[in-house]
Formats: sequence, C-alpha cells, structure tokens
Amino acid sequence: MTRTEIRLCGFGGQGIALMGKILGAAVSIFEKRKSVTTQSYGPESRGGASACNLVISEEEVDFPYVLAPDAFICMSKEAYTTHIDSLKEGGWFFYEENLVPVDDRMKKAGHIYSIPATAIAEKELGKKIVANIVMLGFFAELNDYIDQKAILKSVIEFVPARFRELNEKAFKTGKNYAKKVKKQEAKK
Amino acid sequence: MSKKASIHDVLTGEHYISGNEAIAEGCLAAGCRFFGGYPITPSSEIAERMSRRLPQVGGVFIQMEDEIASIATILGASWAGRKSMTATSGPGISLMMENIGLGAMTETPFVIINVQRAGPSTGLPTLVGQGDVMQARWGSHGDYELIALSPNSVQEAFDLSIEAFNLAEKYRTPVIMLTDESICHMVEKLIIPTKSKIKIENRKKPTGSKKNHLTFKPDADMIPPMAAAGEGYNVFVTGLTHDTKGYPVITPEAQEILVKRLCDKILLNEEKIRLTEEYMTKDAKVLVISYGITARSAKGAVNLARKKGIKAGLLRLITIWPFPTKLIEELAKKVDAIVVAEINNGQIVKEVREATRKSVPVVLSSKLGGTVHTPKEILAKIEEVKKK
Repeated sequence: MTRTEIRLCGFGGQGIALMGKILGAAVSIFEKRKSVTTQSYGPESRGGASACNLVISEEEVDFPYVLAPDAFICMSKEAYTTHIDSLKEGGWFFYEENLVPVDDRMKKAGHIYSIPATAIAEKELGKKIVANIVMLGFFAELNDYIDQKAILKSVIEFVPARFRELNEKAFKTGKNYAKKVKKQEAKK
Repeated sequence: MSKKASIHDVLTGEHYISGNEAIAEGCLAAGCRFFGGYPITPSSEIAERMSRRLPQVGGVFIQMEDEIASIATILGASWAGRKSMTATSGPGISLMMENIGLGAMTETPFVIINVQRAGPSTGLPTLVGQGDVMQARWGSHGDYELIALSPNSVQEAFDLSIEAFNLAEKYRTPVIMLTDESICHMVEKLIIPTKSKIKIENRKKPTGSKKNHLTFKPDADMIPPMAAAGEGYNVFVTGLTHDTKGYPVITPEAQEILVKRLCDKILLNEEKIRLTEEYMTKDAKVLVISYGITARSAKGAVNLARKKGIKAGLLRLITIWPFPTKLIEELAKKVDAIVVAEINNGQIVKEVREATRKSVPVVLSSKLGGTVHTPKEILAKIEEVKKK
C-alpha cells in the first residue's frame, strides 16, 4: 500500500492549516485519491507554532497521523528545530529561506529546495499574507506526490472569490521561481 | 465546496472538512432544528458551525450558561416537537448525566454528540480518548438503556449523525454519538447526497382522539406515539415512575412495567439497531474488535498481519450500545483469540469477555489517551495471541 506523508509547519498566521487543507482537497477531491489532514491542537495562536500534517494513499488511510514525512514544508525556525529530525531519510525538504536558519540536520533530505516566499509575496505581490500560496506554487512545481493542476484548482476553491486573482498570481509566482531553480540545477 | 447547494438546506456536494463540521451538517440534514449547548474542546466546532447554520435553515441555536441547562433545553425543544441536540466532551457530558436519565425516563428523542477526550476530570482537553464508553451506557442513575454510535471517518460522522436522529425518533430515546477528538478534528472528503436520497425517520404521532390520548401508552412495538406540547393532546411528562397517562405512580408494580419496557424497547431490538463492519473475518483465527478512530489502526494491523501470513480479521463496532453480544458470541466460536483495541483501561473488553463466556482468550490493547494506537502496536498484540 502506497502511503505518502507530508508535514507543513510554521507559525500561526502564516496560513499553514489552510495549506494542509488545500493539498488534502487537491488529492481527495481533484485527484480522486484518499487523504487525511490533521492539525496539532493546543493553545496555539497567532505567532505560536503551527503544524499541519497530510497522509495520502491510493486506498483508505488507516492510521491518520504523520510519523516520518516524505516531504516537509517548513516556514519557521521553531518548526525546523522541532521537526527536521522526523523527516524520512532521502525525503523532500522545502523551506522559507529567510525564516529558517538551516544546519547539517537537513542533509538527511534527498531533495532540498528553498524560496524567500514571504519577501516575494511582500515585494512582488504586495501582500505578505499570500506567502503560503507562493510556497504552494513552489512545492507544486517541484514535488512528486500531488498533481500541480489539482493543487491550483484547490487553491481557487479555498480562497475567497475576491482574492482569487491575487492567489492565482501568488501560485504562479512560486511556480516560476521553482522553474528557475530547476534550470539552475540542470546547469550544475 | 459545492457552489450550487443552498445554504438554506442540505449542503449537497463534495466537501473537505473536519469530523465536527460533518457532524453539524449531518444533524442539519437529519432535520435537527434546535441546538442548546455550551462549547467545550474538542467539540466546539460543532457549536460554532451550528450557531452559523441553524439560523440559515430556520432553526434555533442557544448557548446556555452551562451543560446542565443545555441538556434541559434540548429535552424541552424535543417536547415542543423539534429535533434537538447538543455537543460536548468530558466534563460537559458528566454534567449532563442527570437529564440524560430524565430523557430515558420520559422517552424523549434527542442526540448528544460526545467528542471524547481523555479524562478523568479535565484530563487532556485537546487530546483523544475513548474512556466514556461505560458512562455512555449507564452514566445516569437507575436502570435504562440507550443507543450509542461510533464513527470512524468524516463521512461516517455525517452518516451516523443522520442515523442517530433516526434512531432517537424511532425508539424515542436519547442517542449518544460516542465519537472522539481524532475523528472530529481530522479533515477528510465528505460527500453530502441530495436531500431526496437522505432517509429520514420521524417520531410516531398519535392519531386517535385528542381528549382520550394517553401520553405513554405504547403500541405493540413498545413505543408510544409522541404528541408535542401544544398540539391539543394530553401531554403529562414526569421523571417519576408513571403510568400510561403519564401520571406519577409510585409503586413497585408500575416500576416493573415501565422500566422493563424502557430497557426492552432497546435491548430486544438490538439486531435491528446493530451496525457493524466485518473485515476479513471469514477465515480469521485472530479477531480484532475495535471502534472509532482505533478501528482504523486495527484495520491497518489486520492488513500487516495478513502480509505476515497471520489470519487476522476485524470486527468494527459502529453501534456500541446496545452491545452486539450475540454476534460476538458467534464470531468467538470460529477464532482462536480476540484482541480488543481501545483508548481506555479496558471497557468494551469486559463486554467482549462476557459475550465469549471465556471460550477464547480475550486480550486488551490499551492506551490511556492522548494518542492513537499505531497499526504496529495492535499487530504486536495479534502476534502475541496467535496460536504458535
């Protein structure tokens, strides 16, 4: 049975929980596979640690929690410190390069990609709040697990209609950044 | 998710939402039009969604001063003819116990959602538990029986919310949805069918003369038709032992007749009420029995065991009360051992032992709350009991 685990972490207010739901719905509703999204519950609030976990499977998901993620999307220092060790050996690691000071521990990842999602959102799109969607676009272009068209459809479904254009733009910006990263990689 | 569905009715379509939100939508789809409650983690999202959704469908939401008052309002709303509910957890369900007994005694249909967290007392407010199983059965004083259901997915949380109301209406009884924090906080796909595809059961109404109506005169099925207050029928309702008129009769004879019927209308219909799922039980030598979130890991454990060549199977209890004693008695004849997996110190395991009459070893795979069994943990128990 194929089972993929994805962990998304950051701080409250970044829209981490929304990212998890968007990815989950991309799988369950737009790809017609199975997924379960869970969140860490506790006295978290804006600024505190926020974690969202996703399990993807071709069949019904049995145990719904993430133990050793195949992919880890990290958007804060605290999240990195807490969760980097849980990443599966050879897994995929995506991080916000201005917010996550990385160290040797990330080397267990087989694929490492970084993006200044917050700065891009602020400078290129004028709204810091869409940093999560920039990150999703970046992830969508690079990841092996979820179809990027399904992710975009899911983004459109979840964001309020009046912000649709902004979010589509944010998604595309993240995607384009990933394309550039891929080109640079190819050159190496 | 679905843009076509009207917010004024059933939200037909595909959704990606939590168990708590699915329960709220299920209860609305079942025809619930009254919620009286006091929000408590991990059930709060139900109250939150109901407070927004009930006014949209022409219903009423009241946040009361506490859980004792909350459950009183839903009894009242039910006698006023509305389908009513509350949602709570741990300390809240404990506070509701007295009036759950009143609901059983007065044969009042209503639904209580208990999103179990780990206790006792304040315990682990935001973390999973399954420790309220025995409380759901007999938490209130005196002899009574009620119905308790346990979903294992967001979809089933929706489906069983409808079933809970249907059973409450049909058997005129409180029904407890004995769910848990994991199911209610996890987010999964939910398909809400069109309204015409949803089967709704409504309480029997009296048909005879209004003047001579006896409030608690049962039909042959042991269930009295129920008139709402204000419809013109006599409505006498008391927590005291009563006769068919509803008048208090404080005698052992009246007690025998009434309490026997209250219990029998549930117990003798156990097979009709029963909902279970069997997975790979046909040739199973080790039977795992589980429910709620734990049953998902149990299924994973059965799959792992089969890969190792162990003939394991799963009986998932969807109805917890009344307990499917006869079914387990039958299944026990075919297996070498039974593993019961639950997030408590052993509650359903006792019922299983009772049902098997010690004909096979019954072992417990227990966690005391805050976390869910992994499939491997249940597998370890399966391996421990399988015949060498």
